[in-house]
Amino acid sequence: MLELLWLIPILPFIGFLVLVLIGTRLSRAGVAAIGVGSIGISAVVSLLCGFSFMSSPPPGDAFSQTLWTWMKVGSFAPGITFHLDALSLLMTLVVTVVGFLIHLYSTEYMNDEDGYSRFFAYMNLFVGSMLTLILADNLILLYLGWEGVGLCSYLLIGFWYKDPANGLAARKAFTITRVGDTAMALGLFLLFAHLRTLNIHGDGGILALAMSQWMEGSGLAIAAAALLLGGALGKSGQLPLQTWLPDAMAGPTPVSALIHAATMVTAGVYLIARTYVLFELAPAVQFAVALIGTITLFVAGCSALTQRDMKRILAYSTISQIGYMFLALGVGAWSAAMFHFMTHAFFKALLFLGAGVVILALHHEQDIFNMGGLRRALPLTSKTFIIGAAALAGFPFITAGFYSKDLILWKVWSAHQPWLYIVGLGGALLTALYSFRLVFIAFFGEAKSHVVKKPGACMKIPLTILAALAIIGGLIELPHAWGNWQPFSKFMESAFPLTASVEHGGHGKAAAELILQGIAVVVSVVGISLAYLFFLRKQIFVEGVAGSSVGVAVHRFWFAGWGFDWLYDKVFVQPVVWAARINKNDIIDFIYRLFAGIIQIFHFIFCLTQTGRVRWYAVGIAFGAVVIVAMVVLS
Amino acid sequence: MAAVSMEHGLILAGVLFALGLIGVLVRRNIIFMLMSIEVMLNASGLAFVVAGSNWGTADGQVMFIFILTMAAAEVAVGLALVLQLYRRFKTLDVDAASKMRG
Repeated sequence: MLELLWLIPILPFIGFLVLVLIGTRLSRAGVAAIGVGSIGISAVVSLLCGFSFMSSPPPGDAFSQTLWTWMKVGSFAPGITFHLDALSLLMTLVVTVVGFLIHLYSTEYMNDEDGYSRFFAYMNLFVGSMLTLILADNLILLYLGWEGVGLCSYLLIGFWYKDPANGLAARKAFTITRVGDTAMALGLFLLFAHLRTLNIHGDGGILALAMSQWMEGSGLAIAAAALLLGGALGKSGQLPLQTWLPDAMAGPTPVSALIHAATMVTAGVYLIARTYVLFELAPAVQFAVALIGTITLFVAGCSALTQRDMKRILAYSTISQIGYMFLALGVGAWSAAMFHFMTHAFFKALLFLGAGVVILALHHEQDIFNMGGLRRALPLTSKTFIIGAAALAGFPFITAGFYSKDLILWKVWSAHQPWLYIVGLGGALLTALYSFRLVFIAFFGEAKSHVVKKPGACMKIPLTILAALAIIGGLIELPHAWGNWQPFSKFMESAFPLTASVEHGGHGKAAAELILQGIAVVVSVVGISLAYLFFLRKQIFVEGVAGSSVGVAVHRFWFAGWGFDWLYDKVFVQPVVWAARINKNDIIDFIYRLFAGIIQIFHFIFCLTQTGRVRWYAVGIAFGAVVIVAMVVLS
Repeated sequence: MAAVSMEHGLILAGVLFALGLIGVLVRRNIIFMLMSIEVMLNASGLAFVVAGSNWGTADGQVMFIFILTMAAAEVAVGLALVLQLYRRFKTLDVDAASKMRG
């Protein structure tokens, strides 16, 4: 069964090619069938592969399939090779299954739009690139997929290209992630220069070589890990490269769900987990990962609390949740990060799709303060949205988000990082607060807008399935203190065979874990209750706080994303624009234009002699002849 | 038969050449300009012949045959151009063709 692995990334590419070549000649139903069908078959194949992988694990808990050698330059011969292990299997399953649901949803969401086949072509290309990224056996193939998803992100953010603002957002996303990608490319060069290979796995792969050749904390390891981290920061929207993600919401909502919530933005998490050995060899960088994640989750959480645009709230929330994943990576809790990645993919895709229904129902209204009372008009959407928000807020015991976030916080605590733990806990409070602020303002209270469009079956089915996943997705991993049911971690650990950190847990810590869990429960419930109190019952209180002079300033500061856009505009954009304006006429070129000018002056002078009068020419000839003869005779 | 001295021959050639040159410079009718050029060519031919006879060689006369041939070709091309000029401008005044300046 695993031999079918190559089909998983190829099918979306085939769908893309068909749609690009003959998409405009197909009917909408035909486009939808190809666009959704290719991802659907891919999802079925990945489920079969996953089933086969888990029921009879291949030797070494990993399966590799080489299609052909990509290029051969001396000893460097990267192959088009796909590698399936626990980590890439999880990502593949999430990408194809969630991707399939979002594609299905898009058939209805995009139905009234122009460029139907273009949309599905881009989406298929994205899924294909993402799967290439995930299944790549070597870093250069991974980089190919990495740039491929970046391109699709750019194309889809600017999908409605007629509005210049969308094009600007697309260019911003592309440019800022390019900063990170440059760092990553340098990282790859560094790895290749010293290890002479870019294969990841096996005895000759970078992980094993780095483990045996580099000392822990050596300069090389730190440089390599830091450069790869740069790439991950750009792609995953972490501080200081996070400013593109809120603007990326200019794209259609299914794009935000698929690319900017569930899959692409977690590529950075995947990259760090994939090259975990490098980060373990560079503890300083690994701590930086944790620190960046912590700061990001707090900063983005505060910003999410003040936004008015439904999708921007969710975008900041995505940044914040990926911050949790980085925090987990930073303390070496690889499987906890991937667990949160999975549950986050479920509930954040659900939230975005729910937001899409609302936006479509209210005729592209995105301001939550113009909504309200949607609970009665859109019952199923509201129920699933509330489930998603509850999972995001980590509502205790019944939602997946609770288990994954709790696991991360527990790992942080047991890694002896109490300060990071406290900020993470504060972030959890913020998460509960902003997610239920959104729910209470948009779905409760009195109706302020009229619902013009109800969701159809193609929108309801993905919502229902994702809502179910957002609840049961957490049950594959229970806290240690509750008993011995951690199939997810055990499965994931097979992908991290070289890990140095000892997995925490054990009997003595059960009490501590239960206490911390109690705190997490209290924080989540308090957050939701506060949201209920502030945003549904006593809005005057919030208005009082936000209306004071300090409140207004803080609100504006958080609303603008802590002024990062302003700062980058001042520090990077404006100096570059200034320099460009100064150099508009190209200073170096001035010298050459001077030569050209002198020659031109002579040209004009000599032009004057060319009068067109034959007799003047004859005079010239005669005069010249006289001069030459005189020179010959007199000399 | 009294031999003509070389000085006289050359002076005659010089005078003819100068007359031809002046004709080229002052005439505006292109036919006359062509004729003046013929005068100049024949003046230089005369100089060759005189020089040849002075040194008793045939080189001067050989050179004159060349000049004669060249002059015939020149007249053929020149008259063709004159015809074109006349067709286009309906005049033989060369200054009318001054639009061909760069």
